[in-house]
Amino acid sequence: MNELKNIIYNCRKATFLIEKKQLTALTVREKIELRIHLTGCSFCRLFQKQSIGINRMVHELFHSAQPREIRLDDDYKKKLQERIEEELDKN
Amino acid sequence: MSNYKSEEIPVTEPPVIDPTRWVENHADYLFSYAITRINDEEQARDLVQETFLAALERIDKFEGRSSERTWLTSILKNKVIDVYRKKSSGLNKITTSLDAEPQDQDFFDATDGHWNKTHRPQAFGIEEHDPLMSKELNSILQKCMQKLPALWLSVFTMKHMDDETTDLICAELKVSPSNFWVIIHRAKLNLRACLQKNWT
Repeated sequence: MNELKNIIYNCRKATFLIEKKQLTALTVREKIELRIHLTGCSFCRLFQKQSIGINRMVHELFHSAQPREIRLDDDYKKKLQERIEEELDKN
Repeated sequence: MSNYKSEEIPVTEPPVIDPTRWVENHADYLFSYAITRINDEEQARDLVQETFLAALERIDKFEGRSSERTWLTSILKNKVIDVYRKKSSGLNKITTSLDAEPQDQDFFDATDGHWNKTHRPQAFGIEEHDPLMSKELNSILQKCMQKLPALWLSVFTMKHMDDETTDLICAELKVSPSNFWVIIHRAKLNLRACLQKNWT
């Protein structure tokens, strides 16, 4: 009971569970604890929204926005090409 | 015994592999793959070259189960993980030791775990659905990520960018599962705080 009381007022633990929840399943106990905490804590509710938003932004950063603008410069490519052909000639 | 139909695998196109066209076909892709993961142009270029050379060495092992690009990418990916491993071992690992726990003491009251007043989350525009991912926000996000200790960033990136399993990340970077969660938690606390500070 004491532990349950702990989480209800403990934002450190609640934010920990918010992170965990986004990557894996929480135990039933953890789910209940988190829900109780969030009901009473507007800061952690806000944290949760922002955390989800950040994960979405990070995902976008790595997946959709990726391959367009970044290119290898032509000189380097030329050297790479030569290097590969050199290696191929060895065999 | 082998009366059954001998393995008649339907004849498919032989897997195409043509190293003379790798640069033309895959260099830009591999480069952008590398640079979004390690954020160091020179190192990213080196990794592309190393990838091609490593691929040439084991070209006989290419079985065509995946495309040429997928195969090359998997070689590159292992090289990226090597970089993470190096960056987050040694000194960096010691200074970010999780036993010391200074990193989140600021965020919460040490005795009751409440948010400290100055660190309480405030709305700053990303909490509603689909924040506009402007170039500016994008670059702040990247800068804030770069501020994370190397090990944290490696864990965070592997998890979010490549959706690696927790087990694999723990094994590759030699962190225990419980430290893995501590790192994920602290990385997010710091990232969020950095965004709030720089994006208002």
